[in-house]
Amino acid sequence: MATSSDKSKDAKLNTFRGGPDERGHFGIFGGRFVAETLMPLILDLEKAYNEAKADPAFKAQLDYLNTYYSGRPSPLYFAERLTEHLGGAKIYLKRDELNHTGSHKINNCLGQILLAKRMGKTRIIAETGAGQHGVAVATVCARFGLPCEIFMGATDVQRQKPNVARMHMLKAKVNPVTSGAGTLKDAMNEALRDWVTNVHDTYYIIGTAAGPHPYPELVRDFQSIIGKEVREQMQAAEGRLPDTLVACIGGGSNAIGLFHPFLDDESVKIYGVEAGGHGIDVENGHAASMTGGRPGVLHGNRTYLLQDAEGQILEGHSISAGLDYPGVGPEHSWLRDTGRVTYVPATDKEALDAFQLCAQLEGIIPALEPAHALAFVTKLAPTLPKDNLLVMNMCGRGDKDVFAVAGYLGMDI
Amino acid sequence: MTKETRIDRRFAKLKREGRKGLVTFITAGDPDLETSKKLLLGLPKAGADVIELGMPFSDPMADGPAIQASSLRALKAGQKMRDTLAMVAEFRKQDDDTPIVLMGYYNPIYVYPNAQFITDAVAAGVDGLIVVDLPPEADDELCVPATAAGLNFIRLTTPTTDSKRLPAVLSNTSGFLYYVSITGITGTAAPDVNNVQKHVQRIKAATTLPVAVGFGVKTPDQAKALGQVADAVVVGSALVGALEKSLDSDGRSTSKTVPAVLDLVGSLAAALRAA
Repeated sequence: MATSSDKSKDAKLNTFRGGPDERGHFGIFGGRFVAETLMPLILDLEKAYNEAKADPAFKAQLDYLNTYYSGRPSPLYFAERLTEHLGGAKIYLKRDELNHTGSHKINNCLGQILLAKRMGKTRIIAETGAGQHGVAVATVCARFGLPCEIFMGATDVQRQKPNVARMHMLKAKVNPVTSGAGTLKDAMNEALRDWVTNVHDTYYIIGTAAGPHPYPELVRDFQSIIGKEVREQMQAAEGRLPDTLVACIGGGSNAIGLFHPFLDDESVKIYGVEAGGHGIDVENGHAASMTGGRPGVLHGNRTYLLQDAEGQILEGHSISAGLDYPGVGPEHSWLRDTGRVTYVPATDKEALDAFQLCAQLEGIIPALEPAHALAFVTKLAPTLPKDNLLVMNMCGRGDKDVFAVAGYLGMDI
Repeated sequence: MTKETRIDRRFAKLKREGRKGLVTFITAGDPDLETSKKLLLGLPKAGADVIELGMPFSDPMADGPAIQASSLRALKAGQKMRDTLAMVAEFRKQDDDTPIVLMGYYNPIYVYPNAQFITDAVAAGVDGLIVVDLPPEADDELCVPATAAGLNFIRLTTPTTDSKRLPAVLSNTSGFLYYVSITGITGTAAPDVNNVQKHVQRIKAATTLPVAVGFGVKTPDQAKALGQVADAVVVGSALVGALEKSLDSDGRSTSKTVPAVLDLVGSLAAALRAA
């Protein structure tokens, strides 16, 4: 929860949607903390993105792909039985798990592959945790005929096998990363090492709203289609804005996509749900960087990080391969400190319970990532009045997690 | 302009003697604090003209496998920033001439935090800083206050640093300029001497600072060849690689560890002196 001193800073802000500044800062967060080899490229990318934003042809092409390739707009679905069961807020699910490839990640990948083409890049690399981003990158690379290599922690390769198989079918090369704990942070280090080596022809499609400027901004912009659609869809369904927004946070791209168009609507309460793992009190047992970390610099940006007293980065833990990243997008760090968004943790166990609840009440098998958001919804919704319109972003489907969850639940398959 | 530092004096001396400098990199605390102290103390006699002392970091994004492993060994052995600074202070009691440049990534400095780090580094006898992930765009954070406190802030310039970018890289840089001879991570591809020469000439046209060349320099022959086109040659991965090979099967230091590194420094220095 935000403290009153945090809140007092709000008074000076006319808008929460004005960031980043020209140096890529959201308050003290963000920036461009990269090796000099990458700096010219980062500056080129910023220029290319600004040109693309101003080009109607770019927007038209992206709109076309979103509609006919990805299947947007995704429905805003009234979850009637979940609402009844929880007995409070009226719960809507933004069905981004119905997108082509099964998650919100495609929104960003379509935008970035068009940008890569504009910049004349001929090779694509990416990091992936749960494999959702990797699959989305492999998909757009197949669609646009560019070779791609995906860096994925060796631990994640093991626990997300269906997505690894999908990437292979899409002709992507998957490089298992064994350094560190072999999860998302290590995959990102390896992707950066590849990029710095192949900077002349390679475009790096970062999967979340983090990394050096302009990535946090451009990923947010491509994902903001989620929140823009929700505004229109809620207007059509209920004739007004929602009251409450909830989304899960790893790096935070689905969340910032839902939140950003609503940041200046004061009546809308916004919650981001981090991976509480074994519990926030368990040292190195969670991935809740904003609840249990402090500001630091990693992977090109200043943001909340899980780190020890010496500034060494901790691995973090989550049942969800998509959330166990020790950092978070810099805009979230800023929204936390300004008090505009409230960030809360949900544990592995709470997420597993919510996963089953959603499957059994709504016939929707969620990914473990949005199951964290739902876990918080099960606590929050009963405390809210029945006319409170709550939107949760169902940012991914659970097909990839079927084997892992069956294992956790002791099911014999 | 900052006042003259040990780095300035060392490069002036190299110039007077008409020879090229050897810049050596080791990671502080690798494979353990005691061995690392012995290495540090032995480097000047073995032929190191400038010492880069790595501040270990959990996520060395610009480094190849050799320095990644070196960093992790040091952290596993419990190396802290205070230990690294104390190593420099102890070294200074015996050697007041050989420059020491601390090299690493920003986060361990940022959380120290910056102002205290600068104070403690100056007090320990550190001469310069190389912070891989702090570009000129972030100079106000560490570079400007560190320079004001008398430290040299040494910048990396790379094959992707074009003429448009070079002035930004040169601004606020002092001591020397570190030319990264390849696009890539440390200790991987071998640099092409002709290519390096072209870049160094371009840099020299824009600055009077000495230029050291590094990344991928492994053998005395390579050092000798690069010494002909630059003011100094940096060797790192090869040294920590030699260190790694000398360890026992549990990754512990052996009687061969210190000589393995210092002997390689000796042959690199001899090759450069013959250049």
